[in-house]
Amino acid sequence: MRAANETPAVSRRTALNWLLGTSLGATLVAALYPVFRFVIPPRVAEAPVNRVLAGKLSQLPDNSGKIFRFGSKPAILIRTPTGEVRAFSAVCTHLNCTVQYRPDFQHIWCACHNGQYDLQGKNISGPPPKPLEAYKVDIAGDDVYVTRGA
Amino acid sequence: MRALDKLWHALDERLELDPIVEFVAHKVVPRHRHSWAYYFGGLTMFFLFVQIATGILLLLYYRPTAEAAFESVQFIVTRVPFGWLVRSVHSWSANLMILSAFAHMFSVYFMGSYAKPRELTWWSGFALLGLAMGFGFSGYLLPWNTLSYFATQVGTDMVSKVPFAGAWLLKFLRGGSEVTGATLTRFFGFHVAVLPMLTAVLLAGHLAFIQRQGMHVPSSLEEEAKRRKPIRFVPNFMLREGVVWLLGLAALAALAAFFPWELGTKADPFASAPAGIKPEWYFLFMFETLKLLPAHLFGIEGELLGLGAFAAGGLVWFLVPVLDRGRPGGGRGRAFFVLGWLVLAYIVGFTFASFAGVFK
Ligand code: HEM
Ligand code: FES
Repeated sequence: MRAANETPAVSRRTALNWLLGTSLGATLVAALYPVFRFVIPPRVAEAPVNRVLAGKLSQLPDNSGKIFRFGSKPAILIRTPTGEVRAFSAVCTHLNCTVQYRPDFQHIWCACHNGQYDLQGKNISGPPPKPLEAYKVDIAGDDVYVTRGA
Repeated sequence: MRALDKLWHALDERLELDPIVEFVAHKVVPRHRHSWAYYFGGLTMFFLFVQIATGILLLLYYRPTAEAAFESVQFIVTRVPFGWLVRSVHSWSANLMILSAFAHMFSVYFMGSYAKPRELTWWSGFALLGLAMGFGFSGYLLPWNTLSYFATQVGTDMVSKVPFAGAWLLKFLRGGSEVTGATLTRFFGFHVAVLPMLTAVLLAGHLAFIQRQGMHVPSSLEEEAKRRKPIRFVPNFMLREGVVWLLGLAALAALAAFFPWELGTKADPFASAPAGIKPEWYFLFMFETLKLLPAHLFGIEGELLGLGAFAAGGLVWFLVPVLDRGRPGGGRGRAFFVLGWLVLAYIVGFTFASFAGVFK
């Protein structure tokens, strides 16, 4: 180290290094930012689906269930052993598997990690941390309509 | 022969190959009663070569879209001559490679080879095993069958639990918020371009470190290794390794021919997950552990706790070269020896118990 009086506060070398470093950094950011953005796909405008024809009542015997398509996600229509019709999101709240109705258990079951939900969609055993999202069911003649967010 | 000599001479004249010849001629492998452990790295590499060769063959027919993937694999195994064999070898060799990498990792662990000055070898090896598991995970989805569809659903959903970056990572992996054809195309890209490139770079480093440092001899075997004459690498060790590779090939051929890899049914994103969903065997110990955790534990989501514990465990395993300060008299720390056995017993125990149907 030279004595302080021999060196200016910022030497030419330091200034140049700083310039070079920031330019390199900026170049790197300029190159990486588009890459970072590119890897996430754009949101595709999807007409929000709020109501679908989920199935026919005549094809849904007591103590059974069926998966139907609700927008881009699977949903489940169940008919309880006492004949009530209910609908829930079929996406397991644990890790996203698609649940199913188990006639032998008389409730909803997820095969992936043995998660169990009761007939209200409430998580009753296994790893699922939350209940299944419930939907509203309207029956018009033989048609079962399911509505979201009502 | 004359022509070869001439060629060699011409090359030597231009490139000065002497130092390389010298290095190879003097390369030796220590001989002691655990010398057998030195063959596993090479065996892993053999299976890696098989993967590259059969993978390139599969690329000739495979199509990475949700509409065509399953059918293209079906075409390979039913119509393409020896297609069933090529696919079966690729699937079996992937599993044997990971098995062999695990055997390699535990054998170098118990010999304490991770310690200074071989930290970088341990770390590059750790990353290679991670990449190998990445190969397995991404490759599992490529046939687009039911089992792999839901396994990917579950596996990718786990990253969403990562603090802060979770949502971004999930989208990055899935190419959207769901597992769709976009995920398949992405996984294909990882599987055939990104992971092979990273593997090549890391393996080059891994091997270069070993060449620089020579094989490690555990302190308890030093005396024996000094007494016995080391094995010359060329040709003796190479020939022996060749025999190991042949055994690997024989096991591979038998498995691939007698137990052709299943294809299953085509994935349907609007069907329930069938019973019997499970990941490949090397993820089973984690899978079963996570299944045992209750939904909430100490007020935290069980899943989050489990994944956090695995991340912490992985970090400790990674950092073993700096955590283990060794014993004063030489040799690795007792605690780490015990830790190794506990980890091994846990992984092997859970994997077998899972196969035996203990967890249901
Ligand atoms: C794709 C996977 C891998 C390949 C192809 C590979 C290849 C090799 C080869 C050929 C050797 C030299 C011979 C031997 O000791 O067997 C070696 C040594 C070594 N490997 Fe790996 N390896 C892989 C994964 C790993 C993993 C997962 C670890 C541990 C985390 C690891 C740690 C080491 C260490 C510490 C050595 C030095 C051993 C010594 O000096 O005695 N490797 N590897
Ligand atoms: S994904 Fe349903 S229980 Fe794990």
